[in-house]
Amino acid sequence: MIIELGHFALVLAFFLSLLQASVPLVGAARGRASWMNIGRQAAWSSFGLCTIAVLALMHAYALSDFSVRNVVENSHTLKPLLYKLAGTWGNHEGSMLLWVWMLSLWSAMIAQAGEKRLPQTFQARVLSFQAMVMAGFSLFVLAASNPFLRLDQAPVEGLGLNPVLQDPALAIHPPFLYAGYVGFSVAFCFAMAALLEKKIDAAWAAFLRPWVLAAWSALTVGILLGSAWAYYELGWGGFWFWDPVENAALMPWLSGTALLHCLSVLEKRGAMKNWTIFLAILSFSLSLLGAFLVRSGVLTSVHAFALDPERGVILLGLLAATTGGALFLYALRAPAIRTVAQFQPFSRETVLLLNNVFLFAACATVFMGTLYPLFMSALDLGSVSVGTPYYTATMVPMMVPFALLMGLAPAMSWRAGRPEKTLRRLAAPALLTFAAAVVLVASPLPSTPLIMAGMVPAVWILATLAQDVLRMAGSLRGMRYLTARYYGMVVAHAGFAFLIMGAVAATQADSEDIRWMARGDRAQIAGYEFVLLSAATDLGPNFNRDKAVFSVRKAGAAGDDHYFFLTPEKRWYPESEKATSEAALSLRGLDMLYVVLGDQDEKDAARFVVRIYHHPLIALLFAGAGMIALGGVISLFTRRRKTQGGL
Amino acid sequence: MKPQLMAMIPLVLFVALLAMVAAPLLRGTDPAKLESAMIGRAVPAFTAAGVLPNGAGLSRDDLLGHVSVVNFFASWCVPCQAEQPVLARLAAKTDAAVYGINYKDRPDAAAAWLEKHGNPFRAVAGDRDGRIAIEWGVYGVPETFVVDQQGIIRLRHVGPLTDADLENTILPLLEGIRK
Repeated sequence: MIIELGHFALVLAFFLSLLQASVPLVGAARGRASWMNIGRQAAWSSFGLCTIAVLALMHAYALSDFSVRNVVENSHTLKPLLYKLAGTWGNHEGSMLLWVWMLSLWSAMIAQAGEKRLPQTFQARVLSFQAMVMAGFSLFVLAASNPFLRLDQAPVEGLGLNPVLQDPALAIHPPFLYAGYVGFSVAFCFAMAALLEKKIDAAWAAFLRPWVLAAWSALTVGILLGSAWAYYELGWGGFWFWDPVENAALMPWLSGTALLHCLSVLEKRGAMKNWTIFLAILSFSLSLLGAFLVRSGVLTSVHAFALDPERGVILLGLLAATTGGALFLYALRAPAIRTVAQFQPFSRETVLLLNNVFLFAACATVFMGTLYPLFMSALDLGSVSVGTPYYTATMVPMMVPFALLMGLAPAMSWRAGRPEKTLRRLAAPALLTFAAAVVLVASPLPSTPLIMAGMVPAVWILATLAQDVLRMAGSLRGMRYLTARYYGMVVAHAGFAFLIMGAVAATQADSEDIRWMARGDRAQIAGYEFVLLSAATDLGPNFNRDKAVFSVRKAGAAGDDHYFFLTPEKRWYPESEKATSEAALSLRGLDMLYVVLGDQDEKDAARFVVRIYHHPLIALLFAGAGMIALGGVISLFTRRRKTQGGL
Repeated sequence: MKPQLMAMIPLVLFVALLAMVAAPLLRGTDPAKLESAMIGRAVPAFTAAGVLPNGAGLSRDDLLGHVSVVNFFASWCVPCQAEQPVLARLAAKTDAAVYGINYKDRPDAAAAWLEKHGNPFRAVAGDRDGRIAIEWGVYGVPETFVVDQQGIIRLRHVGPLTDADLENTILPLLEGIRK
C-alpha cells in the first residue's frame, strides 16, 4: 500500500509540475501576482510529494518488500540496513527518482530563498523553467523507469547483493553527485529567465553565486567519494581512469568552475554576460549528458549497468529538448544583451577570462575524448577507445599556463591594474618557485619533465596564495577581517595545488611490483621491506577468502617496534557469485602502501600473485580535492553586501 | 562577426552533435561490439613449434598459397571443448586447411585433450606464452580466423563456433574466397 502511495505521489508531482511550468510563466507575462504565486506553492507541494515518493521506496527497501520488482532486483535480506537504504538509489530506477527528488528540493529552496530577494516576475519564470525540467524527468521515471512496479508473485529472496557496491563512500556518492548535477539546474533556469527578460546584471550574479557554489561543492565531494572508492575498493591501485562515467562528472565540474569565476566577473564588473549565460546552459546540459551517458549504455563502461536502448532514446530526447530549447532561446535573445563595461588588458577580469578559456578548452578536450569513440562509430570508421595517454598529452600542456594564471589572478586588481605593482607583489613567490624548481632538480628525488610540469606550478600557486594572504591581512591580526569568501578562494586554490602535487607524484613517481610469493618470501619496494608471514584460505561470515599477512618495515630499520602489518584478502561470495579483492592500504606520512592479493598458483597452493604499490603523496591528492569542496562551502558563509576581495 | 551569428553557433554545434550521438543509437548498433583491427591485414609473422609428438609446427609462410582457418584453443577452455565437433565438421566439409594454435597450455595436456576430443587440425602450433595470440589481437579462447591465399585475415570469430556460424558465415566465405 505504501509503495502505491509513493507511486501516486509522483504522479501528482508530475501534474503539479505541468501547472507550475505554465501558470506562473503566463502570470509573469501578464503581471498577475496570484498566478505567479502558484509557482512557489507548487514548488513546495512538489517537494513534499517527491519526498513521499522517495520515502515510500526507502521503506520498501528497509523492509525488503520483495513484491516490488526494484527491491527484488537490487536488494537482499542479508544486506546491512545502511546498504538496504542506500540500495534505493543504487540502481537505475531509484537513482532517477533521486534525481527528480533533488530537482524538487532545489526548486523548493529557490521558492523559499527568492521570495523576498528576487523580483516576483523573475522568480516565477525561474520556477516555471525548473518545472519544465521536472515534468520531463518525472514523466521519464513514471513511463520508462518506474521503481514502484509490483511483481505478480513475490520471490522469497532478492537478487542484489553485489559486495563491491556495499561501501559507505559509495552509499553516499550518488546523493552528492546528483545534488551537484541537479543543482546546476538553478543556474540553467536563471539563465533562461534572464534571456526571457533580456536583462542580466550584477544583482543576478550575486544572487545566483551561492547556488552555483553549493552545487559545485556537492559535485566535488561526489567526485572525490567516487574516486576514493575506486582507489581502495577496486584494487587496481588507481584513482582516476578517464572512464566515460568519470568524465561525465568531470565535464560539468570544469564548466561549473568556469561559471563560478564568470559570476564573479559579472558581479564586480558587469562583464561577460552572454558567456556567463552560455556557461550556465552548458553546465546543466553536461550534467544531463552525464545522466544520458551513464544511463543509456551508449558508451560501454563498467558503470553502464542499465544497458537499455529505449531509455537511452528517451533520455536523449530530454537532453535534446532541454539543451536545444535553451540554445534556441540563446540564439534569439543573447544578441540583445549588451555588455557596457570595457575590458582593460591588464586586470583581474582579463586573467579570469583567460582562465575561463583554459577551463572551457579542458572541458572540450574531455568531451572530445569521451565522445570520440561515438563519433567514429557514427561515421562508420570503426571502433576505437581513448585512454590515459590522450589525456596526459592534452591536459598537462593546458594545466601549466592555467596554474600560472591562477597564481596571477589574486595579485591583480579589478579594472585597470598597475603592472609594476603586480610585479612587485609577485617577485617573492616567483623567486620561491624558482628556488623550489632548482632544489627539485638538484635533489635525488625524481624530476622528469612531467613531474616538473606538475610540481612547479603547484608551488607557484601556493607561494602566490601565501603572499596574497599576507598582503590582504597586513598582519596576523588582520587575518580576522578577511571575508569568508576570500578564505574560500584561498582554501580551494591551495587544494587545487595539493591535488596536482598528489596526482603527479602518485602517477609519475610511483613504484609497482608484481610477483609470486610464498610464505617467508621477501619483497622490497620504495624503501619498504615486505615479508609474507602467512597466506591461507579460510571462511568469513558469508564468504570464503584467501588471506595474507605481511609484516612491513622500512628497510634498514632495526628493532621490533618498527613493524606494521598489512592483510590483503581475496573474497568469494557464493551467494552472489562475486569475487572481491580487499586491498590492504597503509598511509605512511603522505605516501600510501597498497597491497593486493591475487590468484593462487594452480600447481603450488602455497604461492600467490602479489601486487605491491607505493603511491607517494597520494594523501595530498584526496586532501586537495576535499579542500576544493571545503573552499566552496566556506565561501557560502559570506555575509551579503560585504564582498571586498576574494575569488 | 555579427552578434546574431555568434549566438547561433552553440545551437548549430549542438544539433550536429545530437545527430552524431543519435545515429548509432537509432541504428541499433551494439556498443559492446568491437571490430578487429586485423581484418584486411596480413597475418603477423610468427613461427611456432608443433605441440603433438612428431607433429608439424606452423609459421606464416605455411598459411600462404591456400585458404586456411586458424583456431586458437586451449585444453583448459570449456567452450573449446564444445566447439571441437563443429571444427571436425568444418574440416570434413571444406578443403581449406584447418590449423590449431594452442594458447597458453602445456603440450602434454593439449595432446591428451586432442586425443580425447578429436583432432581436426592439419597442424597444431604451441603458443605457450600467448605471444602469437597478442599479435593476432586475440582476447581469449576460442577464437577463429579465416585467412586467404595471400595471407590476409578475412574474418575473425570470437567465441565458440556453432553449426549456424559454419553454414551462414564460414563456409560461404571460404567458398567466396576460392573463386
